[in-house]
Amino acid sequence: MMRLLRQQGWVVGLLALFVVLLITAKLIQPSYGAGDFGSLVRAVLPYAFAVAAQTVVVIAGGIDLSVAAMMALTSVTAAALMAGASEEFALLVVPFVLLMGFALGALNGALIVFSRVPDIVVTLATLFMLQGAALLVLNAPGGGSAEWLRNLIVGTVPIPVLPDAVTPWFPKALLLLVVLLCAVWIPLKRSRLGLSIYAIGSNQLAAFRSGVPVARTKILAYAFGGLFGAMGGLSLTMSTGIGAPIPGPYLMASVAAVVLGGVVLGGGKGGLLGPIIAVFVLRLARTILTLLAIDPNVTAIVEGTILVAVVMFGAFIAMRSRAR
Amino acid sequence: MSISTALPEQAPLGRRIKRFMSDYPLVPLLILLVLLVLVLQMLSPGIVNQRWIANTIKFAIPLALLAGCQTMTMLTGGIDLSVGTAATMAAFIVATQGVMYDAPTAMMIALIPAVIIGFANGIGVGVFRVHPLIMTLGTSLIGIGCLQVYQRTVIASGAKVPEFLIWLGTGVTGGFPNALLLFVPVAALLLFIQKRTGFGRLLYAIGDNERATRLAGVKYWQVILALYMLSSILAGIMGLLYIGLIKAPSLSLAEPLVLPSVAAAVIGGTSIFGGRGSYTGTIVGALILTVLTTLLTILQMPEGARRMLFGAIVLLVTAAYLRIIEDR
Repeated sequence: MMRLLRQQGWVVGLLALFVVLLITAKLIQPSYGAGDFGSLVRAVLPYAFAVAAQTVVVIAGGIDLSVAAMMALTSVTAAALMAGASEEFALLVVPFVLLMGFALGALNGALIVFSRVPDIVVTLATLFMLQGAALLVLNAPGGGSAEWLRNLIVGTVPIPVLPDAVTPWFPKALLLLVVLLCAVWIPLKRSRLGLSIYAIGSNQLAAFRSGVPVARTKILAYAFGGLFGAMGGLSLTMSTGIGAPIPGPYLMASVAAVVLGGVVLGGGKGGLLGPIIAVFVLRLARTILTLLAIDPNVTAIVEGTILVAVVMFGAFIAMRSRAR
Repeated sequence: MSISTALPEQAPLGRRIKRFMSDYPLVPLLILLVLLVLVLQMLSPGIVNQRWIANTIKFAIPLALLAGCQTMTMLTGGIDLSVGTAATMAAFIVATQGVMYDAPTAMMIALIPAVIIGFANGIGVGVFRVHPLIMTLGTSLIGIGCLQVYQRTVIASGAKVPEFLIWLGTGVTGGFPNALLLFVPVAALLLFIQKRTGFGRLLYAIGDNERATRLAGVKYWQVILALYMLSSILAGIMGLLYIGLIKAPSLSLAEPLVLPSVAAAVIGGTSIFGGRGSYTGTIVGALILTVLTTLLTILQMPEGARRMLFGAIVLLVTAAYLRIIEDR
């Protein structure tokens, strides 16, 4: 138990922070309830996938600046394909878009490996390319979404064993998020590939000398990042019903949540749970500021301050433990 | 590029060219710049004249100033993503304070946020060892938030860009843009700092091997603090110049230039991991990007295709350039 606490201390702390914020929200606005929680989860959905995409890449020792552009491209592709098409056709669109994200992510990784240009520069260049491609697919917000896809994130999940009062606290969007992330992340982390991803992020040279196929692992890490990005793009189309070619604020948010979630920039440390909770914390903090009727512009200041303060605190702790 | 097409039997010559280029990394960049201008001239004959050159320089200077911030911070292995915010804040504040105060006072007030941002960055990166990417991202978020709040307080008073800044930003005297009056001394100062001062050598040393530098007795945090403040003030000055060029204050004035400024420094041969690079390369990099943008504009492609080409070319040039200067 203590060992678990020590290992997962950061995640547990974040979870406690989230609960405290939830109680704060309830205190400020007594009517804050399950419905508001549901809309919080729906708002978090695209952010959470962006964060997942960034997490995989950062653990592998890279950074992906193109994540928001990837989401924009996959979102407009899905929206353009589904516009006016039948409900069944969407069943084909979803795997196609996911595959596209995976392939484009792999392309990102391949460009990094074969051009030997640093990650940050390559993904900066692909950011422009993906953004351009999104504008070619749709040059203004438009397209459509299948009805069943939109219904996936509306409403709640009835859980038979639990009393009715608890049911509304399990929105479908949360279930979708958990299922999708677990379906990809748990098998990945337990596989040889997952271990290799941590290895190349931790020390690329040591990994190479231990026989880890560095190039292949890096390409696959970016490919999984692309897959999560495509999920994020689909969730954008799901929640808005259209596709918008201009990338949202997901790049900054994803990097912020990854660091808040205890994943070290530079790679090799951390998991997916921390960043996902971190993104919930950040969004909930924003909701609370809105409930307090604080000028929405001040929210940006508070968010930035939280980010800087937490990261400084984390760096300070790391420094203390190094000194000992 | 030309060396990779050299035939095997000409290998000695090829290797000589390669050696020459890696010794003078500026040469391939200049060749690329001239090539781009030639292509431009071929695509639309007569476009390259004195007025066009003055115009290109005018738009390359703000980019080159921001890329100067990136070059300096990249030398230590860092990056400064808050330059866009520092510049935008300076520009917006000078335009709104210009209504109440005279130009010099407004300009001094406008540079205060830049100094604060730089100080915060320096403390975060130097003392607390936060990753520069995160630290500058955070301060940039805070800065934009403050600017949005500030905007509400001045919304009624309107904006007025000081005449002097318009003259500096857009004016052309005898074929030379007035902005050169600002840029040439700044560039000379940056180059002097990099090449001739102890501070400059410390920047290269930290980027090369931070641990060794600290063990050698360098006060790491002092160097970093000075560096990020310098970078931020430079960004603020760029904001003042840029508002003179654009003339319309907005809350995202300089943001679109942040990523291209990183690209300009990288194309110019500055290593993002630190320890290698020079501002001369960055200036040529900024010119290349500006000419490239003109080129893509006159091709009359859809906006999407233009962005795709821009990204592809930046990547291609960087990859080719790294091959040239690294394979010794």
